[in-house]
Amino acid sequence: MDFPYLSIIVFLPVIGAILIALLPQADPRRIKFTAAFFTLAVFALSLSLFFMFDTGLEGAQFVERASWIPAIDAQYFLGVDGLSLPMLVLATFLGFIAVLVSWKIDLRVREYFAWLLVLETGVLGVFCSLDLLLFFLFWEVEILPMFLLISIWGTGRKEYSAMKFVIFTLAGSAMMLAGILLLYFHGGTFDMMELAGMGLEGAISTLLATAIFFLLFIGYAVKLPVFPFHTWLPDAHTDAPTAVSVILAGILLKMGGYGMIRVCVSIFPGVSQDYAVLLVALALVNIIYGAAVTFRQRDLKRLIAYSSISHMGYVLLGIFALSQVSMTGAILQMFSHGLITGLLFALVGLVYDKTHVRDIPQLGGLARRMPIIAVVFSVAGLAALGLPGTSGFAAEFLVFLGSFKSTLVDGIQTYTILGMVGIVLTAGYILWLLQRVFYGPIKAQYDKVTDANRLEQFTIISMVAVIMLIGIYPAVLTDIIKVGVSPIIASLGL
Amino acid sequence: MPSGVPLAIFLLPFFSFIVISFIIRPFLNSKPQLSGYITTASIGTSLILSLWVLAEVSSAPGHVLSMPDYEWLAIGDTVIRFGVTVDALAAIMLIVVTSVSLLVQVYSQGYMHGDPGYSRYFAFMSLFTAFMLGLVLADNLVSLYVFWEGVGLCSYLLIGFWFHRPAAARAATKAFLVTRIGDFGFLAAILFLYSKTGTFDIGELHHLALAGAIGGTVLTWAAIGIFSGAIGKSAQFPLHTWLPDAMEGPTPVSALIHAATMVAAGIYLVARMFPVFASSLTAVTTVAAIGGFTAIFAATMALVMNDIKRVLAYSTISQLGYMMLGLGVVGIGVANDAIPLEVGLGLGVAVGIFHLFNHAFFKSLLFLGAGSVNHATGTFDIREMGGLRKVMPWTYITFLIGSLSIVGIWPLAGFWSKEGILDHAWDHQTALFFLAMITVFMTAFYMFRVVFLTFAGEYRGSNAGHSGASAHAPSLRESPLVMVAPMGILAILAVISGWLPVSSFLGGESESFFGALAHPIAWVSMVLAALGILLAYALYSAKWLSSESLRRRFAPLHTLFSRKYWIDELYERVIVVRVLVDGIFVLLNWFDTRIVDGIVNGIAGGTIVAGKGIRRLQTGQLQAYGIAIFVGVLAIVACFLIFG
Repeated sequence: MDFPYLSIIVFLPVIGAILIALLPQADPRRIKFTAAFFTLAVFALSLSLFFMFDTGLEGAQFVERASWIPAIDAQYFLGVDGLSLPMLVLATFLGFIAVLVSWKIDLRVREYFAWLLVLETGVLGVFCSLDLLLFFLFWEVEILPMFLLISIWGTGRKEYSAMKFVIFTLAGSAMMLAGILLLYFHGGTFDMMELAGMGLEGAISTLLATAIFFLLFIGYAVKLPVFPFHTWLPDAHTDAPTAVSVILAGILLKMGGYGMIRVCVSIFPGVSQDYAVLLVALALVNIIYGAAVTFRQRDLKRLIAYSSISHMGYVLLGIFALSQVSMTGAILQMFSHGLITGLLFALVGLVYDKTHVRDIPQLGGLARRMPIIAVVFSVAGLAALGLPGTSGFAAEFLVFLGSFKSTLVDGIQTYTILGMVGIVLTAGYILWLLQRVFYGPIKAQYDKVTDANRLEQFTIISMVAVIMLIGIYPAVLTDIIKVGVSPIIASLGL
Repeated sequence: MPSGVPLAIFLLPFFSFIVISFIIRPFLNSKPQLSGYITTASIGTSLILSLWVLAEVSSAPGHVLSMPDYEWLAIGDTVIRFGVTVDALAAIMLIVVTSVSLLVQVYSQGYMHGDPGYSRYFAFMSLFTAFMLGLVLADNLVSLYVFWEGVGLCSYLLIGFWFHRPAAARAATKAFLVTRIGDFGFLAAILFLYSKTGTFDIGELHHLALAGAIGGTVLTWAAIGIFSGAIGKSAQFPLHTWLPDAMEGPTPVSALIHAATMVAAGIYLVARMFPVFASSLTAVTTVAAIGGFTAIFAATMALVMNDIKRVLAYSTISQLGYMMLGLGVVGIGVANDAIPLEVGLGLGVAVGIFHLFNHAFFKSLLFLGAGSVNHATGTFDIREMGGLRKVMPWTYITFLIGSLSIVGIWPLAGFWSKEGILDHAWDHQTALFFLAMITVFMTAFYMFRVVFLTFAGEYRGSNAGHSGASAHAPSLRESPLVMVAPMGILAILAVISGWLPVSSFLGGESESFFGALAHPIAWVSMVLAALGILLAYALYSAKWLSSESLRRRFAPLHTLFSRKYWIDELYERVIVVRVLVDGIFVLLNWFDTRIVDGIVNGIAGGTIVAGKGIRRLQTGQLQAYGIAIFVGVLAIVACFLIFG
């Protein structure tokens, strides 16, 4: 075994959390700097993996494997491939960003940052685990910090929203656990790579395979979220503190899409193919219904939350269109949406911070007083509506392109065209939002509001830079993603 | 010529954007005039390089230079390569874009003087010019689409330049959304063509279409999809509603983007994909019909507008309709085999683009003239003007030349390209020819209505109002040299651009200077134009007829035209607001909160109620538990006895 990069990446945040918990003086600045240091270090490490990753090799790299529970052959098995590496980089980047956008937290600072770091370890573990039991364990780790972060540092009906989040997630987890156990009993291992390669579908009855597939799928569908399991998301977003919204939209939702590809499609290519039309139809519901409901939102955060549901529809479409290009597009869309929506939530947080208003009709003309926030908000909005030159375009274009020429799903061309209606609807609600919040004459009560400070500028502009980089040269990521996608596509019998 | 030259033409204005946005705005904001200089210098250099490209192309065999391309994205067998295309069409478009843009930037330095957003203005203008040049140079549909959206973005930003005005903010949103509806079809067509042919490369698509390798239905649908993008961008019916509202932007923006270049991108797109269109009779007939109809439809609205920029906006829509008509009718000829293919392909492009070329000069001139008038009077309302001929002689003369040119009076520029369109319409689509002829009369009337109301008679304005468009208090005097000089140059071009051998360079036919007068159609159209001018003179200058009584006699028509056929109301109030946002979307939102989330909360509430109910059983009283156990045991025993 080589240098244990992944273990360090996964556990460094929790070490930071322990250190923060043990820091002798409760100096908030010291706590914040510690948190920033650890998350930055983790980001730097994951970035170095990004550069060391060998795009010529299929399969997991930086593998660490040790026996964990010998009796049931569960292993401590970490590794990243083309699917998980982009997610890892995204999660560590947003982890750092989340600390920066929390700079103004002054309530129970020590606990806040400790839980934030524990949360990061949970999500990083999900993306690095190649053992299903370990994967499930990390999947559950995220719940407690999320519950506490929303219910203590949130706003509005925060207890309700936090509890709703927990119940939905646990209900999904219960199904997923049942699916994982069934996989273990019939496949004899928790090793994801082995399960994917063993052709389990052929060995068990179709009914059983379908049942396991959907148990797992629902677990991920709650997370993504897929209609009709989505109603926890707007509540959780609306009441969560800004940094938690950033992590929620940026990373947690992506665990759902990642799980679908890594577990559902990889292990059950046949079932995926059989039910692709149904799942693609669900994707269209997400895209169009999500966008339609977005139009009616008055609360800035709720609006962005519903737009997430719409955008996650493209991920679902890309995955179950079952072509290499569409699936690459789906992962790129997860990465891109993580950045764009993370940025949008950070910006909404700034607007709320300065004006104490999130109700859209009460806002207006803010561009005059906060030009930098207005410009960055516009760029993020334009990226969300898929303007070329931003990551949003590259991702959506690949999803549409790959879906359109997919050969495995009946009638996919019609579905893709229907899905593309989403780009018109998205343009509608985004531009209407910009118009109502930033343009027009400034309202008198906002005459004194200020623009982003230096730290805030650094945070939002660095996110814009990544969005543009991916938009202008998406091959930076797609060259890695496609290595992860191609074995899955090969298993579909193309 | 080094292969970097076309790239440099695109990159120079782009760097100008970068320098203004990231160096001048943050650090040198006290010297905003630098932004104007940098923009002008970079676009001027692009113009010189474009002339070099033109010279190289005209000496190259087949008027095509081959250029390297680069891989942008490769996933499996899907490979997207970006490169530049340098042929006669691209070379002509480069000249149009760089020359009009250069003159507009010079003019803007006067027009925008003192505006607090001066640097931002030039940054956006540079970016627009770069994207427009990129669009022209694109050699495949993906990069073309990228720049296509890019110019749309700049249009959005510049229409909403004075974003604190609600009308400007609304107009910007509207422009983006309406064009995006067309772009939806364009993108679908790109994907459709790719799924059938496996290529995005425009040259390869031409070969495949001409070789008959793409099925007829596929071609038709693909062409119609592409055309829907062009309808949006070039403001053709039924997606024309955004362009008149786009006049909320600064006037030089209207001149450059909403008259000369970006709105012409739709024409360019159809010309660029002409072999695909010409392979489908349905597609070219659609192009011709939409173009011919839009030409007369927009002209009717131009007849009654009182805002000088709106008259010019409808005029632009109408003229773009002419260009579509030209492309369409030649396409019909090709598709019907009335014109041999090898002649027709060049001819169609030449007929459409020659009018685009001339229109770019005379229409941007007219807009700059409108801006100059506004600079002096502070209004765009022609009812508030009059008599400006005396105080603004240069504006008057140049505006008059532009008007004569657009009307199509020999030997001005507009004459030459409009005759080409009319001739081919006569040959291949007679019904549309008559519509186009009526439009000639209307064009002459509405243009000279503006000329007489603005420049003739006595000044009617109060000279007190001040629209905020310029920072100066309005005072009736000629605009400064920095504004008048570009207008003068454009006026010269509006006379002579039709004499240039653009049409034959693009592969079309060219007329001799006096030979054109031998055509009866030329005479008929000029007589119609003269009648239009005469009517305008009679109504608005000599006052032989009362325009008021004329309006009363045709009151229903006048209302129909001035209310824009109620199409804006239909789209915005009925479809967007009533049907969608306040209709279906409300219903779906209700469904989401009441049904989907209602079930969730219902289950949660039900669980709590059930829990409370069951909790009553747990009384903690041993006697009760004892009775329950006893009853249970009895029941089990009873079951055994009965079923056992």
